[in-house]
Amino acid sequence: MRRFHALYRELDATSRTSRKEAALVAYFREAPAADAAWAAHLLLGRRGRRAVNTRMLREWAAEASGQPLWLVEESYDAVGDLAETIALLVPGGDGAGEPPPLAQCVEERVIGLAAMDEDAKKALVLETWELLDEGERFLFHKLISGGFRVGVAKGIVARALAVVAGVDKATMLHRLSGRWEPTADSWASIVDEEDGGDPLRPYPFFLAHPVPDDITELGEAHEFQAEWKWDGIRAQAVRRGDEAVIWSRGEDLVNAGFPEIADDLAALPNGTVLDGELLAWKDGRPLGFHALQRRIQRKSVGKKLRAEVPVRFLAYDLLERDGRDLRERTTVERRAQLERLVEEASLPHFGLADVVEAGTWEELAAQRETSRERGVEGLMLKRKDAPYGAGRVRGPWWKWKVDPLSIDAVMIYAQRGHGRRASLYTDYTLGVWEEGELVPVAKAYSGLSDAEIRDVDRFVRQNIVDRFGPVRVVKPELVFEIAFEGIRPSSRHKAGLALRFPRIARWRHDKRPEDADTLNAVRELLAQ
Amino acid sequence: MSAPLVRTTADGLWCEAGGFHIDPWRPVERAVVTHAHADHTRPGSKRYLTTPEGADLVRLRTQKEAAVETLPYCAEKRIGDVTVSLHPAGHVLGSAQIRIERDGEVWVVAGDYKTDADPTCTPFEPVRCDVFVSESTFGLPVFDWPTADAVADEVRAWWEANAAAGRTSLLCAYALGKSQRLLAGLVDPPGPIAVHGALDRLLEPYREQGVALPETRYASPEVAKEIRGKGLVVAPPSANGTPWMRKFGDVTTGFASGWMRLRGPRRRRNFDRGFVLSDHADWKGLLSAIEATGAERVLVTHGYVDALVRYLREERGLDAQRLESQFEGEVDGEDAE
Repeated sequence: MRRFHALYRELDATSRTSRKEAALVAYFREAPAADAAWAAHLLLGRRGRRAVNTRMLREWAAEASGQPLWLVEESYDAVGDLAETIALLVPGGDGAGEPPPLAQCVEERVIGLAAMDEDAKKALVLETWELLDEGERFLFHKLISGGFRVGVAKGIVARALAVVAGVDKATMLHRLSGRWEPTADSWASIVDEEDGGDPLRPYPFFLAHPVPDDITELGEAHEFQAEWKWDGIRAQAVRRGDEAVIWSRGEDLVNAGFPEIADDLAALPNGTVLDGELLAWKDGRPLGFHALQRRIQRKSVGKKLRAEVPVRFLAYDLLERDGRDLRERTTVERRAQLERLVEEASLPHFGLADVVEAGTWEELAAQRETSRERGVEGLMLKRKDAPYGAGRVRGPWWKWKVDPLSIDAVMIYAQRGHGRRASLYTDYTLGVWEEGELVPVAKAYSGLSDAEIRDVDRFVRQNIVDRFGPVRVVKPELVFEIAFEGIRPSSRHKAGLALRFPRIARWRHDKRPEDADTLNAVRELLAQ
Repeated sequence: MSAPLVRTTADGLWCEAGGFHIDPWRPVERAVVTHAHADHTRPGSKRYLTTPEGADLVRLRTQKEAAVETLPYCAEKRIGDVTVSLHPAGHVLGSAQIRIERDGEVWVVAGDYKTDADPTCTPFEPVRCDVFVSESTFGLPVFDWPTADAVADEVRAWWEANAAAGRTSLLCAYALGKSQRLLAGLVDPPGPIAVHGALDRLLEPYREQGVALPETRYASPEVAKEIRGKGLVVAPPSANGTPWMRKFGDVTTGFASGWMRLRGPRRRRNFDRGFVLSDHADWKGLLSAIEATGAERVLVTHGYVDALVRYLREERGLDAQRLESQFEGEVDGEDAE
């Protein structure tokens, strides 16, 4: 645990990729196999389970620290992270003894915890506090609450592992995909063996970069295959060894939420892997992400939901055919084979993603303008002569999203932020005018520079007019331009509508609160 | 009950019976100031009263024509209908708690204070009073400071490790108070020390009053060249990330602040290393200071006001209330200058 915490601290303290990678390589070279397997598992963001609910943790922390429970809550509100708050509050051994190694700590003190009764949990957690110092306690809390995340991209972890194993990054990404348990054996197959691993594992997803401001920097439009950028779940459909599985981009198995598609997939020939998008689909067009959300993380899907939210797998790439890896073939070749396969199979829940025909950037730009009415996010541009790569590589694939919608709104409430921005007022509720009053339409957390955040924070502190728990009502004075991706009716919100992905586009110093938009103006956007 | 001796007005904390303001945020006739940080000593007032130790620093902050009067710690002065005396607050050089007495009723406005050891200023002295006006910048139990000696050791070890790797150490801290305190912890430095211009002029008042500081030089281009890869540079936080840094070559940055106790601010500020050091009291410091005054009534200003008020009411049985002010405490993210 001590070595892992030292690694965590290094990763946490630097934003430089090179330093992160060096720290990871050093760790993976030195750590025992079982620890290394767990570290890889955790750093890759593979899911843990919540073993203790946070109510219990707060109560035990209050008891152990001798503070009233409300003060633990107030502290949490200020710190913005419960794991950290409790690590700071409870007394502990603070480095006096040697804590157990990572694997042992997780196996004995984290995994078993979920099945214990409350008294046994409490005894084990309190005992563990004594073994760990403050930073280690913080990690322990992250692990038992299932919320372990660290600021290191999966690609950096894969690159460090590739260095340790002496292979290239794409090979490592492939070894890491699919199902594996964090054990010393898994570690051996990650760093040593050529084969092994999950026979149903997906290929590493190939990801796109946003286009540059000047689209012509990419070259000629005809060098690219253009497709719509769908607003669903990126997925790989894998048909191998008489099994059929659907992997989401986060490498979760999502068969249970999409049984129709899993059934269809089973009808494809063995040795087939498709890359595509899971969509809620009705009458030849997507239903929107909010409909699809009803399918996600379902253990089973009933008749009613099947009828209400029909789904479709829109295939846009073919990665494996007859058990042969096609990733080195060009986009054009893979597309030709894909078209043939989908046509021959003729499955009810599988479709072929359209290619958008256009010869020039101007024509493509005009097509892109139709994105909103088609229910798509914009265009994807895939270099026709490019192979299917691994991870986010700049050059072959680009996403050209439609410009966001925007309105001007006034800040009416503020709340302290969480995580990196705890202790500053960074979470704002913004309102637009309706009959002389400001009605909240969006909560926005991001979009301002650090310097602007400090200015807004100062404004909030000096202009509080009321307090409701952690929420501060502020003088309605600051106007922000809010960008968002979409808008839908919502009976849960006072304004009767909800914005999708709202964020602050800029601070409109030039506008007074009375210049902000009205709710009617926002409703008109909904109608569009 | 008679009218409160001190209350908040649009100009600042106002003592009507004495006819003066305490740390006013707008220009007034007569300002009694607790210390020379920007949110407590603002320019524009006609007369200022402070301690002899703090007078030079207050003058640096105010306009030339302003009259700065001094009153030694613990000496009494009649102003209007009240008796005023100044008592060490342990915050920065010359910082004072302001004691106000009228007809046997005693109020103390502490300004910013800390109870921890600090060789650069007179240590905090509790003053018995009926009403205590306390700050609450770090008024939550998660704020629990390590000792200043432990922090000085950390700074030294960090500097030595950087020098061994051929890097210059850039240590950022408030120019008034914190920087001098850090320097005082390095009286026997393992290498040369340079200081930013904003800090250079603030060292003189300390040295004149006999505070032991290591030798420092203004970070001119020549000095920068000389100490590159081995020296320590002390600068205000705003210097981080500016072109000014380039003259020191390969630099590792550190930041000293009470906020470095928390991971959020640690990560948000773009520094390689955080040191937990504050000139404000931590939770235990606040509680011990409040208890030592014997005050039945506590008015809480800037910081985690709600939490401290509720704690004092519910856990200590005191008559605690919020007192509005425009003080900022230790600002997470910019210079106090």
